[in-house]
Amino acid sequence: MTSFFVNEKQVQVDVDPSTPLLWVLRDSLGLTGTKFGCGMALCGACTVHLDGRAIRSCVAPVSRAAGKHVTTIEGLSADLTHPLQRAWIEMDVPQCGYCQSGQIMSAAVLLAENPKPTDKDIDEAMGGNVCRCGTYPRIRKAIHRAAALAGERRAK
Amino acid sequence: MSASARVSRREFIRTGAAVGGGLLVSLYALPGAMRVAHAAEKGEYPLNAFVRIGTDESVTVISAHSEMGQGIYTSLPMLLNEELEADWSKIRVESAPVDKVYNHPIFGIQLTGGSTTSPAEWERYRKMGAAARIMLVGAAAQQWNVDTSSCHVEKGVVIHGATGRHATYGSLADAAAKLPTPAEIPLKPAKEFTLIGKPTRRLDTPSKINGSGQFGLDVRVPGMLTALVARPPVFGGKVASFDPAEALKVAGVKAVEQVPTGVAVIADGFWPAKVGRGKLKIDWDEGPNRGLSSAQMLREFTEAAQKPGAIAKKTGDPDGALKSAAKTIFADYDVPYLAHAMMEPLNCVVDLRADGCEIWTGTQFETVDRANAAKTAGLPPEKVQIHTTLLGGGFGRRANPASDFVVEAVQVAKVAKAPVKVVWTREDDLKGGWYRPMWHDHFVAGLDASGNPVAWTHTIVGQSIMQGTLFESFGVKDGIDSASVEGAADILYGIPNLQVDLHTPQIGVPVQWWRSVGHSHTGFSVEAFLDEVAHAGGKDPYQLRRALLARQPRMLGVLDLAAEKAKWGSKLPPGVGRGIATHFSFDSYVAQVIEASVEKGSVHVHRVVCAVDCGLSINPDTVRAQMEGGIIYGLTAALKTEITLKDGKVEQSNFHDYQMLRIFESPEIEVHIVPSTENPTGVGEPGVPPVAPALTNAIFAASGKRIRRLPIRPSDLA
Repeated sequence: MTSFFVNEKQVQVDVDPSTPLLWVLRDSLGLTGTKFGCGMALCGACTVHLDGRAIRSCVAPVSRAAGKHVTTIEGLSADLTHPLQRAWIEMDVPQCGYCQSGQIMSAAVLLAENPKPTDKDIDEAMGGNVCRCGTYPRIRKAIHRAAALAGERRAK
Repeated sequence: MSASARVSRREFIRTGAAVGGGLLVSLYALPGAMRVAHAAEKGEYPLNAFVRIGTDESVTVISAHSEMGQGIYTSLPMLLNEELEADWSKIRVESAPVDKVYNHPIFGIQLTGGSTTSPAEWERYRKMGAAARIMLVGAAAQQWNVDTSSCHVEKGVVIHGATGRHATYGSLADAAAKLPTPAEIPLKPAKEFTLIGKPTRRLDTPSKINGSGQFGLDVRVPGMLTALVARPPVFGGKVASFDPAEALKVAGVKAVEQVPTGVAVIADGFWPAKVGRGKLKIDWDEGPNRGLSSAQMLREFTEAAQKPGAIAKKTGDPDGALKSAAKTIFADYDVPYLAHAMMEPLNCVVDLRADGCEIWTGTQFETVDRANAAKTAGLPPEKVQIHTTLLGGGFGRRANPASDFVVEAVQVAKVAKAPVKVVWTREDDLKGGWYRPMWHDHFVAGLDASGNPVAWTHTIVGQSIMQGTLFESFGVKDGIDSASVEGAADILYGIPNLQVDLHTPQIGVPVQWWRSVGHSHTGFSVEAFLDEVAHAGGKDPYQLRRALLARQPRMLGVLDLAAEKAKWGSKLPPGVGRGIATHFSFDSYVAQVIEASVEKGSVHVHRVVCAVDCGLSINPDTVRAQMEGGIIYGLTAALKTEITLKDGKVEQSNFHDYQMLRIFESPEIEVHIVPSTENPTGVGEPGVPPVAPALTNAIFAASGKRIRRLPIRPSDLA
């Protein structure tokens, strides 16, 4: 039995502790917003936060989460009000949308650590997230926009 | 899929209808026995097959086409609501069930592909919106005992101006649904459009940024198991024998069963199925394709191209003109097999019962999949229903003529004896075939004394996509697959003596349409070779194109626009070169200018300027997004990816050896849309073909290196 927190709710799962966190989230807990893209930490579609740090859940055994806090796209905000979600809507970022959970979760850690990222910072932080539809130009703009929105929110 | 407007659509409709077992429905087919009829129980009333109005004022638009990123879940509601005039904030979208009423107005079967949704639905969705509005107004007029002509609508409310009486669509839905379909459905003139042509935010964005959007892989049905299939390492291989013992010992593995495509490991989740599959011991009979090798194919293709193939196009006297030309140049171009590599790997959920079959999957090909699933299940097609989910990318792969990923899932469901989700890993997906064909292009051009091209011959070697499929009678004539020569046999350049011919080798690698299909190779080879012709004749590549396009005003328009916005001819920093290319595909005109440099053996793409004429833009922001995405898709093919075979086996397996362009390699992209009142044309694919040649032409300008094969290799830059 592995016990941890997902989106601030405590969960217990009875799976082989080597099972990747991704499949525990998706198959055991029904949180399908976190996506499977490659299974080798090559595409970032499965990005979630573990105690506030971005990890690729497809290669992280669930045992690594024991006692810790996992945040998934479902837990980012209750009502699409996170600055990244607002910016994503404003810039109409997604196309097929499949990679966007991972993109946003990676960007959220970037902004938490670096409230005003440069293009170069964005390139470095987001380089592990693949988008086959090619939404990169909009992702870049939306991260800058989210940084501005978050700044406004802090100023209030 | 390939759906050039220039091939016989009537022929296709006939074929398609036969395949689907349905008839081409009238554009105005309305309610009757629609599957949405039950909606009345939920306080929703279908006014026709394409729209329901709820008593809560909700407006549900039924999309006959799949949303795979191209924005159709927004564009179709825009078309419908332009005429319905409901409150846009109340609009939601639902995917259509499989039903002949949702057949593609051009193809006559239910599908999404060929960059055809907007052009094909341009009239139907507006008519369906107008019909619904006429019925709602009719219901109000009846209640008030006034003439319909004295009523008008505003944002989902019918208003009787003279008396100020008003009623919301929701309050009228029940009465409106009982009225007959109007016989006459007039449409607004374009100048009165309030929604069409305005940049409009996508309706599907919220569900794609909070985890709620349901892709095929996210579907869960009660009692569902998950299966992975071990497939042969060589195309056409078979299971000789297998030992399931170790796999069956894995906790969570329920069964290991042979299916026609390999061995299925059926478990209570993905992970046990994957671990179990890893423990299978299988002896494969690799079959006749065990010797296939890309290197050998390249040699054979190159040799075949030394002789002309079946004639796809001949004008003037190319041989004579070549003989009398002042100067002759020739070149060979090569592109590899490519995988679609959608971010969501293939998957399919099947609930097979004795009396019916329900399928949940992200597909572009509902009618075909239903027919193939029904045949596999031994059921009549009407007993098979497909729930089309969001598609995590399609690019053509999810329009498979054999319905490979659906048929296999039905086979697994037969042995699983429970609802089952078959999941492909990334490795399964990349190694699974159905690639963009490998192509070889051999060109000879003859120039006159002033450097103008007067003769052009183009020999193409590559597998046929449509041969042997249900599309053969539509797409293959006299040995020519139209998809093999599109973008080559129909070039817009005014070259008086022209020949395009084709060799179609038979190779055991399954091939399929891949975003822009045949144009994905002809766009590159034609436009790169034309650049060679320009340089050989001492002409500026932009000016030569202008001269050759004198009778093509729309292409000339995008060419000039791209050149102007890119400041063609202006000075660039040292080491940076500019390349230009145009391409006509899916009835749209695109020109691109790329600025690139070569530094330390690698290519840097600095800027892409794109001009597009796709007729009237329904949602200009979607047109922009599709051009941006098409450019990045094209850059990935130009710079990164190839599928190669050795000893019959695919050598690539995941994103480390089949690399996608990443954000740090993504250039600045500018998209300019030519204002137009022409009917809408394709948008999803036409952005792809000009990318590779604009880039390789820029590399030539920057470095003097002529790139004639993709992907671009460091050794070709040295």
